Amino acid sequence: MTADSEVPPVVEMRGITIEFPGVKALEGVDFTLRAGEVHSLMGENGAGKSTLIKALTGVYTIASGTIAVSGVERTFRGTADAQAAGISTVYQEVNLCGNLSVGENIMLGHESRVAGRIDWRSTHREAARHLENLGVQIDTRSLLSSHSIALQQLVAISRAMVTDSKVLVLDEPTSSLDRSEVEQLFGVMRDLRDRGVAILFVTHFLDQVYEISDRLTVLRNGKLVAEHPVSEVPRAELISLMIGRELDELQALSRASVRTVDRTDAPVLSATQLGRKGSLNPVDVDVYEGEVIGIAGLLGSGRTELARLLYGADRADTGRLEMHGRPARITTPRNAIDNRIAFSSEDRRAEGIIGDLTVAENIVLGLQAKRGWLRKVRNPERVVAEYMDALGVTPADPHRLIRELSGGNQQKVLLARWLATAPQLIILDEPTRGIDIGAKADIQRKVAELSNAGLSVVFISSELEEVLRISQRVVVMRDRHKIGELASNDIEVADLVDFIAHDTIKKPESVA
Amino acid sequence: MTTSLSPTRTSGLAFARRFISRRISWVPVFAAVFILVVMFVAAQAYFGNFLTPRVISSLLLDNAYLLILAVGMTFVILTGGIDLSVGAVMAFTGMLGASLLRDGLPVALVIPIMLVVGAAMGLGVGVLVQYFGVQPFIASLAAMFAARGLAFMVSLSSIKVEDKAILWLQSTRLQAAPGSWSITPTGILALLTVVVAALVLAYTRFGRTIYAVGGNEQSAKLMGLPVVRTKLLAYVISGVCAGLAGVAFTAYTGASYPLNGIGTELDTIAAVVIGGTLLTGGSGYVLGSMVGVFVYGTIKSAISFLGAEQSWTRITIGALLLVFVVVQRIIVARSRRR
Ligand SMILES: Nc1ncnc2c1ncn2[C@@H]1O[C@H](COP(=O)(O)OP(=O)(O)OP(=O)(O)O)[C@@H](O)[C@H]1O
Ligand SMILES: [Mg+2]
Repeated sequence: MTADSEVPPVVEMRGITIEFPGVKALEGVDFTLRAGEVHSLMGENGAGKSTLIKALTGVYTIASGTIAVSGVERTFRGTADAQAAGISTVYQEVNLCGNLSVGENIMLGHESRVAGRIDWRSTHREAARHLENLGVQIDTRSLLSSHSIALQQLVAISRAMVTDSKVLVLDEPTSSLDRSEVEQLFGVMRDLRDRGVAILFVTHFLDQVYEISDRLTVLRNGKLVAEHPVSEVPRAELISLMIGRELDELQALSRASVRTVDRTDAPVLSATQLGRKGSLNPVDVDVYEGEVIGIAGLLGSGRTELARLLYGADRADTGRLEMHGRPARITTPRNAIDNRIAFSSEDRRAEGIIGDLTVAENIVLGLQAKRGWLRKVRNPERVVAEYMDALGVTPADPHRLIRELSGGNQQKVLLARWLATAPQLIILDEPTRGIDIGAKADIQRKVAELSNAGLSVVFISSELEEVLRISQRVVVMRDRHKIGELASNDIEVADLVDFIAHDTIKKPESVA
Repeated sequence: MTTSLSPTRTSGLAFARRFISRRISWVPVFAAVFILVVMFVAAQAYFGNFLTPRVISSLLLDNAYLLILAVGMTFVILTGGIDLSVGAVMAFTGMLGASLLRDGLPVALVIPIMLVVGAAMGLGVGVLVQYFGVQPFIASLAAMFAARGLAFMVSLSSIKVEDKAILWLQSTRLQAAPGSWSITPTGILALLTVVVAALVLAYTRFGRTIYAVGGNEQSAKLMGLPVVRTKLLAYVISGVCAGLAGVAFTAYTGASYPLNGIGTELDTIAAVVIGGTLLTGGSGYVLGSMVGVFVYGTIKSAISFLGAEQSWTRITIGALLLVFVVVQRIIVARSRRR
C-alpha cells in the first residue's frame, strides 16, 4: 500500500530550521506527508523528531523554512490553530490533566453542548465510544491520575481521534503499550489511512515501523538523512541511516541472561505472599545477589503494582518481606532507600525530572538524598561523567538544563540518577521506554555489567525480547496474579507469549 | 480484545470505591462541611441560643461581600494564581461609587462603572502575570497598593451614601416572621453569584479550562486550550467580583471609607482554602468556598457571643487554616499513592 506520488502532499515542510540557545535542533529539514499514508519519522534520541512535530503545529517558531498544508502556506500559533486546520497531534510525553476525569481529558474543548451548557452525559458517552475504538473500557468519570501511564497514553490517543482530521501526528504513542494495545491502535490507524488520513508516526520499535508504515524519513542530528518507501530499506540499512555507522555491536550483545546465579545464600529480597487488596493478589518473589528478575505480562497485569509494593510506594496488606534472610519492614519509599533499594518508576515525568535543574544536578540528586542534605557528595563530577558516558546522554553537556533534552535523553538521565546511588537492588519499571535502539543496547549492557558485579535487578518491560535477553528468571503476571516463573535461558519470545496467554508453553513437539 | 483495568465486580465495595474515585476532589469540601457542623453543634451546646434562624441568616447577610470576593478568588486560585488586590479594589470601587453618587450620577450608571473598574484592575493583574511574566503574588500586590492609593485619591475621609437604591439593597428584609429567617437583596446577590459561578465552572468550556490550566498549564497549552484567555478572564472575574463586593459592602455600611477591607484579601483566601480549594490550583469548588465563608462567619459570631476580642477570629482562622492545609497535603499524598 505505497502511497502514490501523484497524490498532492497534505503537509509539505521545506528547509525547516529551528534553533534553541546553543543548539540547532533542526537544520534545513524537508518533510512531506501525503494523504492516505503512514509515514514514520525515524532517528536516534535527540535527532529532532519531536522538534519537527512541534514546528509543524506551531508550538515552536521556525527560524527559517516554510510549511504548506494542502498546498497553502501556513504558520500556526499552537495546537488549537493546527487542529483547526485539520492536524491532530499526540505529543511525546502524555500531556493531559491528571486532576480531570478520563472523559474530560478526551473531550476537553470538544464537549457536546446544549445551548452553551455542557451535556456531561453525552460527553462521557462520546468519550467512552472513542476509548472503545481503541479497545478500552473504563469508567470515563474516574480521575485520570488514578490510571497507569499506558492507559493515559491511550486516553491521549483517543483525544486526537475526537476531531475529524486529515493529518494525525503520533509522537511515540506506543512506548508503554503492550502488543494487544498496539494491534488495536494499528487497526485504527489502518482504518484512518484507508479513509485518506495522513499519519505521521514516531517510534523506536523497528518492528512497528515495518508493520504499519508506507514511507519513512530519517533524521540524524537535526538534519534530513533520507526519505524512502519502507519496502526499499532493509532493517540493517535503516539502523545505519539512523545512527550513521554500522551496528555490529548491537548484534554482538548476546543474551546476558546466559549466566548462572549463585543461589546458595539467602536472597537479597524475598517476598512471601505479598499483596494488596484490589491491586495485587499475593505473590512470592525471590531476588538473589547479582540476579536479574524480569517481570512480564500484559498491561494492567500487576507488574507495576508488584514493583510499587516491593518498594513500599504502596502499602502491602498481606505478606512479608525478608532481606538477606532477615525480616525487613519496607512500608515507605524511605525504608526502601535505607535498605539500598532503588526504584525507577514508569512515570518519570511526574515523579522524576526537575526541569529547571541541570543534567548533573538531576543525577546527583539521588546521591544527595541518600547521603542526607547536609553532607557534601564527594566527587560528583566523576559520577556524573561516568553515567552520562555509559548511557550515552546527548548532548554530553552536564550543565544543560534537563528540560532542554529530548524525551529519550531525559530518561537516560533519570536512570543514571538511580544507578548512581549504588543500590543493592534496583527496580526498573520500563527503563527503556522511548529510548532509541543504540541507547537501549547501552542500557542493557550497563544493567548486565552491574548485575555481574553483584547488583540485583527487578526488570519490568513490555518488550519481551528485552526481558528475555537481560534476565535470568522471568516472573509472569496476568490479571494481578503471578501465573508462573520461567528460567529464561531455555525459552524464546514465542514461548513467553504463549505462557502469558495460556499458562503453558506449547512446544511443537508437545502438540504432536 | 478489550482491556478493562478497573475491577468489574459490582459489589458494594466496588461501588464505594468507584464513588470515591469519582468524587475524591469533593472530599475537602465534605471536610469543611463537617467542621461547620461540628462548630454549630459545639456553639449550640455552649451558648444554648446559637442555632437560631436569626444568627444563621446573619452568617450570610454579614458576610455577603466576603462571599462574593471568595467566588472571584476561587477562579483565580483554581488556575494556580492568587489575587491579593481584592480587598483594596473593593475599597476603591466603593469609594468611587460613593463619590460618583454624591456628584449626582444615577445609580444605574454608577454600579456598572464600579464593575468595569473592578474588571479593569483584574485585567491589569492578568496582563502583568500573562504577558510580563510577573508572579501573581507580586502583580496583585502591586494592584493592591495601586487600588488603595486610588481609594485615598478619591477622598481621605468617609463618604456617606444616601442613594435609595443602594440602601434598599441592605435595608430591605425579606422575612418569614419577625426574628426568623431573613434575607436582604445583598444576600440574594451573593447567593446568585455563587450559583452562576458554580454553573460556569461545572458546565462551560471556560470553566473546565480553568481546571485544566490549574491542573497542568503546559498540558492545557499542548491540548490546544485557550490558556492565555482563560487566565486573563479568571483575574477579570476576580476584579468584577471585587467591584460587586464594593457595591455590597457600601450598602452594608451605608458609607465608603478608604480604609475599608484592609486584610480582607487574606480572609478571602483563608475562606477559599478552608472550603477545600487547593492553593496549587486545579481542584476546588465555589460551593466549598461558600462553606469556607460560613465557617469564617461562624467563628466571628461565636467570638462576639463570647464577648471576646475580635482578634480571636483571626487567631482561630489561622489555626483552622493550618489544619486544612495539612489535611489537604495528606489527601493529595494519599491520592498520589493510588
Ligand atoms: N526547549 C529546548 N531547549 C533547548 N534545546 C532543546 C529544546 N527542546 C529540544 N532541544 C534539543 O533539540 C534536540 C532535538 O530534540 P527532540 O526532542 O526533537 O529529539 P527527538 O528526536 O524527539 O528525541 P527522542 O527520541 O529522545 O524523543 C535535542 O538535542 C534537544 O536537546
Ligand atoms: Mg521526541
